[in-house]
Amino acid sequence: MVRQELKKIVVYTFFLAILFIPMLGFKTPSFQPGRVFKTLGVFVAILIFNFIVKLIRSRRKAGEVQKTPLTERAGAWINQFPKIYTLGGLVVLAVVFPLVADNYMIDVGITCLIYVCLGLGLNIVVGLCGLLDLGYIAFYAVGAYSYSLLNLTFGVSFWAALPIGIVLGMIVGCIIGYPTLKMRGDYLAIVTMGFGEIVRLVLNNWDSLTAGPNGLFGMQRPGLYYPSFEESGFTWATYYLKSLPALYYFIFFIAIVVIIAVRRLDNSRIGRAWIAIREDEVAAELSGVPTTWIKLLAYALGAAFASVAGAFFAAKLSYTNPNFFLFMESCIVLSIVVLGGIGSIPGIIMAAIALIAAPEIFRQLEAYRMLAFGAIMTTMMILKPEGLIPASRRRHELHEADEKKPTE
Amino acid sequence: MTNPQPILELADVHTYYGNIHALKGISCTIQQGEIACLIGANGAGKSTTLMTIFGVAQASRGEIRFKGDPIQHLRPEQVAARGVSQAPEGRQIFPRMSTMENLEMGAFLRKDKVEVANDLERVFKLFPVLKDRMHQLGGTLSGGEQQMLAIGRALMSRPQLLLLDEPSLGLAPKLVERIFETVLEINKSGVTIFLVEQNAHMALTISSTGFVMETGRIVLTDKASALLENEQVKKAYLGE
Repeated sequence: MVRQELKKIVVYTFFLAILFIPMLGFKTPSFQPGRVFKTLGVFVAILIFNFIVKLIRSRRKAGEVQKTPLTERAGAWINQFPKIYTLGGLVVLAVVFPLVADNYMIDVGITCLIYVCLGLGLNIVVGLCGLLDLGYIAFYAVGAYSYSLLNLTFGVSFWAALPIGIVLGMIVGCIIGYPTLKMRGDYLAIVTMGFGEIVRLVLNNWDSLTAGPNGLFGMQRPGLYYPSFEESGFTWATYYLKSLPALYYFIFFIAIVVIIAVRRLDNSRIGRAWIAIREDEVAAELSGVPTTWIKLLAYALGAAFASVAGAFFAAKLSYTNPNFFLFMESCIVLSIVVLGGIGSIPGIIMAAIALIAAPEIFRQLEAYRMLAFGAIMTTMMILKPEGLIPASRRRHELHEADEKKPTE
Repeated sequence: MTNPQPILELADVHTYYGNIHALKGISCTIQQGEIACLIGANGAGKSTTLMTIFGVAQASRGEIRFKGDPIQHLRPEQVAARGVSQAPEGRQIFPRMSTMENLEMGAFLRKDKVEVANDLERVFKLFPVLKDRMHQLGGTLSGGEQQMLAIGRALMSRPQLLLLDEPSLGLAPKLVERIFETVLEINKSGVTIFLVEQNAHMALTISSTGFVMETGRIVLTDKASALLENEQVKKAYLGE
């Protein structure tokens, strides 16, 4: 076993080293092997640490019962407190964050929360319903552009534009969903990917409507209304959320609403039907699940959440352009879902924070940020392929299954 | 059953899978309250017949009547809502759902929670082992247990007509016997059963009517007891 694990480390290190080759810099003045070794060292250290942990655990296995993995023990440790404290603690942490962080960190925090919304939305389509969607970012674009256009053309406020954006997102979701109903796996992935690109290209080329690659700018920020008493009498005044902390709290609120909504969906009849379709579509059909509608609903609801995130994104920047919605973004959102543990809400939140914050941490590496990003993904998948926090419902069931093995 | 009513009638049903003409004009009648079985070799179109009845595969021609009403244009969930239920071939249970959740999925279309709870008890009475495995994931059950779960799930919709596709497939002889005993028991509780089987001897023994299928056509229809004595059937399917 030791030899096997050592071999793994050598192979993975070699693989990561190849991944980092571009960082060497091929022109003489920029040739910096030290940079590669530094970065590579971090990942190799992680691999070696994992190896040592495994070694210690395997030594113990001979004598005593194998211990549960660290994450589960940590989970158990957290669970010994009443749930309200842990949740409350996290909420307080998130609320206090802008008070201690600088603007740059808050901005990263906002992006993280946007991706939490996107990840949770895609989780419905990919995690629950099992439909691999590689063009998810298109719905994000629909949300962003519908708010931008409504606000710029008709002066519709953020709150009024939000439901319209959601409905538009759902319609677009059904438009992509309908022709792909009979598709599965690779074919579905290809079609959705193509669809994502179509949306981006339309936005890029429909100059008269979307101003093409220049993008749209000058949208109002989300406003809060409060009563104001002036000499002329009672009126509603608007407070536009311009400062970063204000926007942070706003998206934080949206994220919480999304989390609650997804949680409720997860435990609902519809959620059950989604999981049934993911597990076995024919069996789901035979159980009387109207698969057509339930699948369309998955697309529509997933799109709705992305649309909300998109509208906020456009409102926050007061600017949008088609290059925000590249295929790469779809990949990142999908990575968040897979990395977090498919179907797991806390996992996705963690992964969103990790994946969005990580490139920021590696910002000093400039052009090689995406390399480091790829290396993190690779290392993660080697060490913990089931995701950061596997869905608790599943883990619970698997755990119970361990206790009572079939005797036949 | 003094005056049996047909619960299911198929009249000249044709089904295509793409270019493959899978069913070439199937006609058969199943009476209320009986066990009917469809036997035949691999690829004869037995499973396709069941899938066509359920609307998963669309009949391109012909008529399927359930209790007198044509159902060939209905979607699967509509067929299920009328009281037809199916335990599919190869025990297509939901592998990453617990036994309990699998059974609950069977009652997906039902809203009467009290009655569903009663039916759950009934299923557990039929298959006590499922109660022991209640929280275990479907995929971790043994083959026999999975078959019981598939039948149990089909019963959870409280069907009038139960379609069973190869319940004996891949099971030990002892388990097969056990499954067939249960099928008889289910039938006694008033559920009409349409059984598709390769295990012709077993199937014909418990059935009252039998159909023999060959390459998309029904070639023989008779009382099951008569088919058991039929020279042709004996030779081709009973191995005598």
